[in-house]
Amino acid sequence: MSLILLIEQVLNGLQFGVTLFLMAAGLTLVFGVMGLINLAHGSLFMVGAFAAAAVAGATGSFVLALGAALAAAAAAGALVEVLVIRRLYARDHLDQVLATFALILIFSEGTRWVFGSFPLYLNIPAALSGPISLPGGIEYSTYRLFLIGVGIAVAIGLGLLITRSRLGIQIRAGESDREMIAALGIDISRLYTIVFALGAALAGLAGALVGAIQSVQVGMGEPVLILAFVVIVIGGIGSIKGALVGAVLVGLTDTLGKLLLPGMFALFMPASSAATVGSALASMAIYILMAAVLIWRPTGLFGVRA
Amino acid sequence: MFKHLALAATVAAFGTAAVADGHGAVKVGMITTLSGGGAGLGIDVRDGFMLAINQSGNTNIEVIIEDDQRKPEIAVQLADKMIQSEKVDVMTGIIWSNLAMAVVPAATAQGKFYLSPNAGPSALAGRGCHPNYFNVAWQNDNLHEAAGAYANSAGYTNSFILAPNYPAGQDALTGYKRQYGGELAGEVFTKLGQTDYAAEIAQIRASGADSVFFFLPGGMGISFLKQYADSGVDLPVVGPAFSFDQGILQAVGAAALGVVNTSQWNKDIDNATNAAFVESFQAEYGRLPSLYASQGFDTANLLLSAMASADVNDTDAFRAALKAADFASTRGDFAFADNHHPIQDIYVREVIQEGDVFTNRIIGTALTDHSDVYGADCKM
Repeated sequence: MSLILLIEQVLNGLQFGVTLFLMAAGLTLVFGVMGLINLAHGSLFMVGAFAAAAVAGATGSFVLALGAALAAAAAAGALVEVLVIRRLYARDHLDQVLATFALILIFSEGTRWVFGSFPLYLNIPAALSGPISLPGGIEYSTYRLFLIGVGIAVAIGLGLLITRSRLGIQIRAGESDREMIAALGIDISRLYTIVFALGAALAGLAGALVGAIQSVQVGMGEPVLILAFVVIVIGGIGSIKGALVGAVLVGLTDTLGKLLLPGMFALFMPASSAATVGSALASMAIYILMAAVLIWRPTGLFGVRA
Repeated sequence: MFKHLALAATVAAFGTAAVADGHGAVKVGMITTLSGGGAGLGIDVRDGFMLAINQSGNTNIEVIIEDDQRKPEIAVQLADKMIQSEKVDVMTGIIWSNLAMAVVPAATAQGKFYLSPNAGPSALAGRGCHPNYFNVAWQNDNLHEAAGAYANSAGYTNSFILAPNYPAGQDALTGYKRQYGGELAGEVFTKLGQTDYAAEIAQIRASGADSVFFFLPGGMGISFLKQYADSGVDLPVVGPAFSFDQGILQAVGAAALGVVNTSQWNKDIDNATNAAFVESFQAEYGRLPSLYASQGFDTANLLLSAMASADVNDTDAFRAALKAADFASTRGDFAFADNHHPIQDIYVREVIQEGDVFTNRIIGTALTDHSDVYGADCKM
């Protein structure tokens, strides 16, 4: 196997990781700060992608499409928080799972109603399409490089927001003692709406960015949601840093596993069955990683909660 | 809601009394996928089927339509309900092979006819074949075999092949390799439902292949093609029609232009039935028909042709009437092999752009009068 292929795959793993981070960051914020399991996070991802596809179709502008995705997902998130989620904070996790699962069904069928059953078209903007030559003779997709850049920028921005801003202080305070910050005169329900909308906007952004290279269709959020849960369990619930490290770990494990495992099995098996066994094991790799991390550190890599 | 759907879609024709020509009414139970990610396929099959029924003006047929949500357990429940309380005579509609495997053997064992408008798992074509089971679409391997035959004729000698790691994906690669005579530059099984193919595309780039064969139905194919087109790899791609049907081509866009795919049907097959079908489908539903729609249309016409010459209650006569396949297919020549699977031509198509619409045109024939290899195991 050539070094170029390996480097290209590491970039692919990194890109997959940072897009997962956009999903996982919102999920871990909501879970960490509000103690809420939000299964409908994948639906907000889908809302972002559909909003982007609709706006890109109407205006032809990718920047407007990204803006629309952020706005639509944040609005949908805020609306859902006020109408449904707010009633669930005091309830146990089973009620939250049931209610947010219902939201998935409502979002999916609602989207199908509005946009129909056929996948929508959303493409990479012309400025970012095609491959770019990196030093060392590596041909790599410009758009994927852009995704890595956006993911890192969002990670830095979110890190600054949490550690440096007043909102960040409130979020961290709400995470460790919500009664106390309510007693200090912070409007906790407003804070929760803001956090939920922020998480939703990140999911929507991820949906729009990923939608351009994948298929914009009903139900596109659920597979990503499962991976995002794996990421936050590995990283530690409530930790943005954990979400970033977990996402990159999952991205690299998945991508390199798919590349290396079939080759390893081919050393002592016929090629065709090595491909089957290797790819079956590769699709389990991230779950094996999760199990290993949990055995080593039951609260996840950066988790604080017992 | 699903009840509501079924009611709305039911053809109001309660002609239970015997009619003048002596043949009894037929009650059809259609179980297909109308919601969720795979709904586009089921909707096309249903619309094609109902178009043929409505055009026939036959008031002697009642169709009950239910949504299986692409879930085997729901399909089984619906089938039980249709057989036991609705007492249907004929069943049809299932899109996915795993759902077909859950429903068809039980339905045919209870004496119902089953006409498959899409799924054609090998288990039902070989040892598990049944006299009351007819497949009007294809055996699952057929289009992949055609892709392999095309690769030979195009002079490809080093293909990179990939498909999802599930039974139909494994059948796809087996089907391709059955006809293809060259070397393999690589063979990769992806995860079912995978949406990112960067890793596979990097492997294709590094493999030194001269062509790529892939079977990635639905959203998987859209993702692959968009990413492939953007990657700068410019090897020729060949695949079965499923990733290039009318429903998803618009979502792939220009990334699919020029891609070669194999299909038993296309809208430019030159016969009167097909021309009328394409025109009336467009007039009725405001979109171009897909191969799924053509399969639904042919299934309904097969059923109507059998109803015209036999009574559904006379099982042997009705079966013989179905087997005769005495209907005008949108595909032109159509016949059933002894295992009740089609003998048909499979074409090579190319994706083109007509105005704003992406569609296909036929550029050659991959296999002529093709049936499947499993028929030899079928004893009935």
